[in-house]
Amino acid sequence: MSISAKLTDMPDHELIQRGTGACAGCPSPMGLRIVGKALGPDAIMVMTPSCAVASIGMMPKSCYDVPVLNVCFASAGASAAGISGALDVQIAKGVIAGPKPVVFNWVGDGGTYDIGFQGVSAAAERNDDFIHFCYNNEAYSNTGVQRSGATPLHAATTTTPAGKSEGKKSMPLLMLDHAPAYVATASIAYPQDFYKKIAKAKDIKGFRYIELHAPCGPGWKFPASETVEIGRMAVKTGAWALWEAENGALTINAPTLQLAEGKTKPSSLEDYLKVQGRFAGLMKDAAKEQAIAVMAQGIEKELADLLARSKR
Amino acid sequence: MSREIATGNTACALAVKAANVDFIAVYPITPQTTISEKLADYAAAGELTGKYLTVESEHSVMSAVAAAAATGARTFTATSSQGLLYMHEILHYAAGGRLPVVMVNVNRAVCAPWCLYADHQDSVSQRDTGWLQFYCASHQEIYDSIFLAYKVAEQMEIPVMINYDGFLLSHSMLPFETLEQEVIDSYLPARQPAWRLHPQWGGTFSNVAGAAEYAAYRHKLAQDTLEALPVIKAAIAEYEELTGRPQPGLVQAGSKGGQAGGTGRTGGEGQADSESQTGGESQAEVYLLSMGSMAAEMELAAAELTKQGIPAAALKLRIYRPFPAEELAALLPAGSTLIVLDRNLAYGHSGGALLMEARSALYNSGKNIKIAGSAVGIGGQDLPVSLLIEEIRRLLEVTKS
Repeated sequence: MSISAKLTDMPDHELIQRGTGACAGCPSPMGLRIVGKALGPDAIMVMTPSCAVASIGMMPKSCYDVPVLNVCFASAGASAAGISGALDVQIAKGVIAGPKPVVFNWVGDGGTYDIGFQGVSAAAERNDDFIHFCYNNEAYSNTGVQRSGATPLHAATTTTPAGKSEGKKSMPLLMLDHAPAYVATASIAYPQDFYKKIAKAKDIKGFRYIELHAPCGPGWKFPASETVEIGRMAVKTGAWALWEAENGALTINAPTLQLAEGKTKPSSLEDYLKVQGRFAGLMKDAAKEQAIAVMAQGIEKELADLLARSKR
Repeated sequence: MSREIATGNTACALAVKAANVDFIAVYPITPQTTISEKLADYAAAGELTGKYLTVESEHSVMSAVAAAAATGARTFTATSSQGLLYMHEILHYAAGGRLPVVMVNVNRAVCAPWCLYADHQDSVSQRDTGWLQFYCASHQEIYDSIFLAYKVAEQMEIPVMINYDGFLLSHSMLPFETLEQEVIDSYLPARQPAWRLHPQWGGTFSNVAGAAEYAAYRHKLAQDTLEALPVIKAAIAEYEELTGRPQPGLVQAGSKGGQAGGTGRTGGEGQADSESQTGGESQAEVYLLSMGSMAAEMELAAAELTKQGIPAAALKLRIYRPFPAEELAALLPAGSTLIVLDRNLAYGHSGGALLMEARSALYNSGKNIKIAGSAVGIGGQDLPVSLLIEEIRRLLEVTKS
């Protein structure tokens, strides 16, 4: 898919107001701005504990301009299913006027990969009618950056001070294997791509999953001004792949496609890693070269697998 | 009105079907499961007024019904034992969120070790979650309590847990009377929430609060829980008037000899001797307090003790939260003795939860009531009247020493 929608062509509608309590450079408000533009005002947001909740503002204030239900950490899948199902019934009974608002989760990687996995998986299996957004900052950033199932190999967190000794799980592919109507990955550095994917998901009924790669300055240890650039580097190195799958048919999106097809050489993985303080330990390690080579091989294999899957 | 002979779980499912429920989420657990199965049959036959969703855990059950209730829906679920324990986090959430979910908990012992049979450890462990708790002693009470629970929950915006004993009530076949749909509809019109989770209403629900806002919010819940007592009384009175069916009160006194009030399971209903119902010279000296299905055996024990020369009457607690302290005190004559038999253990304390409640409720009553109690029927242990009498006589000796 070519990326052509201009930022200036997107609707003026803003989901998020000025005065959010998010850190400077936080990818969550950036992502939510695009979500708001793509979904419009007729939406209901569900959140589990995460940075996006901590930055709402203290009760009774809120920086979000859609109705929000803050639920418990493991609840996203079931709570969104409950809201969606209850709206269907009440609209059918004429108690609430239609059309049905878009119900969506805005949940971090902890609430998706780890504690919330069971509920999200079950909602996908039931094909409940909502969009699950996972904004993936690759750690429990809200509680001070602890490792999650999305934290990559060698990344230091407060619970993996010597670097994580395991890789991350492939959550988007796990969701794809639930066979929902729509699964996509996106990046904060590619807002037009993200916008188009949300717009597409909006018009589909049933369970939809979109995961947004969301670099976290305080967590990954890079300057607040670099969020978008780090996100772009992740995509250009292949460390984060952009793709979407409609009814199980996987399409790799630009510029990941060009990497997967070997038409573009990936950017330097070492350059991507060394600008992030969380890999400082790896950078000083005597076995650095070998470790980065192993990581690059992992990326290569992942892209080859995606390419093979896209040709099925 | 028609007379049915069916299980307690069927009585529950019939009432839920008739209560204009919008959203049901379930997860199987013994001995609740047959409620979920019945509701699934109704859903398959197109007889349910709402959506029936099978989720993957009890944590998700409560997450789903609480969120559904936030949209203004009338919601229902049922669980037991470990399932209730697994919901614990979201029980706090639902009450704190003032989401009027109605749930049936079919009482069952908790693990470890595994045990399938009735005791109240599961529900008394949820005492401080902010839920109102009703206990049923008969199939009729199960059926009636569903409508009462919605009435109270939606008025107070506080969730209600209806409890009844696993197998003893859930799986036994006993008679009960159902109501005509128009009677139910007039008692329980559609829910009219003040606010809905919907763009038309707007609002951010349950974001982070500072101490002052949080404390005010939680104190309000505590206060409103107490204020639910008169609301429950009024709901019972209205139900009685509409159905013509006598309802047990918050705590129900049997007569001396244990027959009045009645659970309808001992054959004693309506057979109270008029002399003792009027009180007066034949007032009981010993009162036997319990909750749940054992109230029936307690009535028989009271009758037997009275025959044996100890004037006794049974008291059945129907509403555990809020605790009807004044109502309990009012039923007890000065200088009388209260024996409390609990079907749960309050670890680190002698006896169970109800004994602690009763002591606390009567401490300032100025009636000089002697109180003793113990835990019986744990893990569904049989409670023959002979065993109850033996235990009550032992406890009476304790009160004398």
